[in-house]
Amino acid sequence: MSEADLLPVALIVTPILAATLPIALGLRFERAGWPVAAVTTTGLFAAALALATVVYAGGEPITHELGGFPPQYGIQLVADGLSAPFTVLVTAAAAGVLVFTRVAGPRGNAFYTAYLLLVGGLLGISLTGDVFNLFVFLEISSLATYALVASGDGPESAVAALKYLILGTLGASIYLTGVALLFMATGTLNMNELAGMVPAELDGQQLALARAAFAFVFVGFALKVAQWPLHTWQPDAYQHAPDAVTPLIAALVSTASAYALGRVAYTVFGPEFLASTPYLTEVVVTVGSTSVLAGSALAAIQQDVKRMFAFSSVAQFGLIVAAYGVLTETAFAGAVFHLLGHGLLKGGLFLAVAAVALSTGARTVDEYAGLAARRPLLAGTMSVMLVALVGVPPSVGFVGKWYIAIGAVEAEAWPVAAVVFLSTMFTLAYAARLLEKMYFTPPTPVEAPHAPGAVATDGGRDRVTTGMCVVLVAVAVAAVVFGFAGGVFYDSLLGPFLETISIGGV
Amino acid sequence: MIELLASHYAYALTFVLFGIGLYVIIASENLVKKLIGVNIFQTAIFLFFVSTAYVDGGGAPVVPAAKEPGRLLVASPLPQVIVLTAIVVGVALTAVGLALIVRIYAEYGTLQEDTLREVRADE
Repeated sequence: MSEADLLPVALIVTPILAATLPIALGLRFERAGWPVAAVTTTGLFAAALALATVVYAGGEPITHELGGFPPQYGIQLVADGLSAPFTVLVTAAAAGVLVFTRVAGPRGNAFYTAYLLLVGGLLGISLTGDVFNLFVFLEISSLATYALVASGDGPESAVAALKYLILGTLGASIYLTGVALLFMATGTLNMNELAGMVPAELDGQQLALARAAFAFVFVGFALKVAQWPLHTWQPDAYQHAPDAVTPLIAALVSTASAYALGRVAYTVFGPEFLASTPYLTEVVVTVGSTSVLAGSALAAIQQDVKRMFAFSSVAQFGLIVAAYGVLTETAFAGAVFHLLGHGLLKGGLFLAVAAVALSTGARTVDEYAGLAARRPLLAGTMSVMLVALVGVPPSVGFVGKWYIAIGAVEAEAWPVAAVVFLSTMFTLAYAARLLEKMYFTPPTPVEAPHAPGAVATDGGRDRVTTGMCVVLVAVAVAAVVFGFAGGVFYDSLLGPFLETISIGGV
Repeated sequence: MIELLASHYAYALTFVLFGIGLYVIIASENLVKKLIGVNIFQTAIFLFFVSTAYVDGGGAPVVPAAKEPGRLLVASPLPQVIVLTAIVVGVALTAVGLALIVRIYAEYGTLQEDTLREVRADE
């Protein structure tokens, strides 16, 4: 066993163990939480980078069997070409958002405990190789998310969190039913073993069980990923969560669930199963496409900026789910790239929203009038991210949509290609509204309901720190730089993984 | 049909519970009852999972030291262990949910969802 084999374990165990420290140290030191979280997430980011380097340099997945139990009974952790970029995204976002919570965020040691638990759960989702273990990590991260959403000041956040809790639990439980059916059909829970058995070794009744299992798994994840019409928890949760928490959950929580859906659909069930089951791809594509249209339309009519971006997430995840249903290698690569890009962009956009709310108190689209003149840096980085979200080349948003569209054309799934185009138009509709307000509308002395309180409490001092600006600029630069990296990512990073699941043969 | 129900009554029962749980979540206006609904729903899934492990004539999966383990007929232990974990998760969820309900009650003074909607609309 080399040292790299221990990295997946360290990535999951470290944040969960470190989560106890803020509370323990909090008995003596009042503000122990932030330093502990900062040191842990920075260390995790370095570890995730090291893990990704080893995975890509070796070209082989790194596996670790917990406690030395063989995979039939035990739990396997797997880091391969698909999970490595997600661990990097999770740790990077966790470290970046911490810069904001120091000034803006809910303080208190319990908050940072939940924060680290969330990071541990998300890394677990990314690295686990066991379908039941996936459920456990899904629930760890969900529990932490409910607590984080509820850590907002107003009572509204508690209502939003309870709504999220009930629907999120339903989603996870439905997924667990799917796991039970899958276990009945095959007798194993390990993803690699399942991949060998579905559908090749299944006969009539077992195949029916596997199909029912996929239905449950898909509906469960559709709830977690917030697909229309199961999205209703998501805008409330995003809007009422504290400003510094929204970027984290927007960038990571649904992204991790969408990653898990892709992982289960492609590694466990496999493209052959998806293609051979009647109406399966049609249903997946329809759910995704409807979410794109409904989410975009709802986003375009919102006044609250956070709520607008929340509905925009429903649309972007719809695109990813539709791409899963297209069943070509190109579309899958596009889905993965869009998932990573959307995580980066939405995280960055919500960070910008948090910074704007901190410095000016603006929260609705109208209040953003003339922002470019008052806060040129915030408006500038936000515009870059908005344009990238629309999908103007060269940006990370463009690459994902481009591959999804190409994949849809390859598979002759014309509705998906049309939906990609329509979603771009819709995204432009709400992004342009915000851009127009920021740059071309003179600031009107609106009676801003939020402005006085937020600014005056700190004696008029601008609370946007240099660190926040650095993070925002870094995200904006990354959004453009990764736009050029699409080809490299496809060929050298995702290529080896795509070969292992062989979508091309379908 | 009757024969199928007679031999598979455990599955039928769990899916009846499944439906009851879902109905309570959707139809009940009381937040605590909604959470109870979530619990019934989860319990149905746990029971379903455990019933998949049943082996006709099998005993508890405890292997005595003296006998040969290969010749024992026991229920599959894996689903039982898994459900134990899932129950722990369910308890944690219920605790968090109840904590949120306590906070909502302290803020709004009601547990009825329709009243809550009216109160929030007024603000």
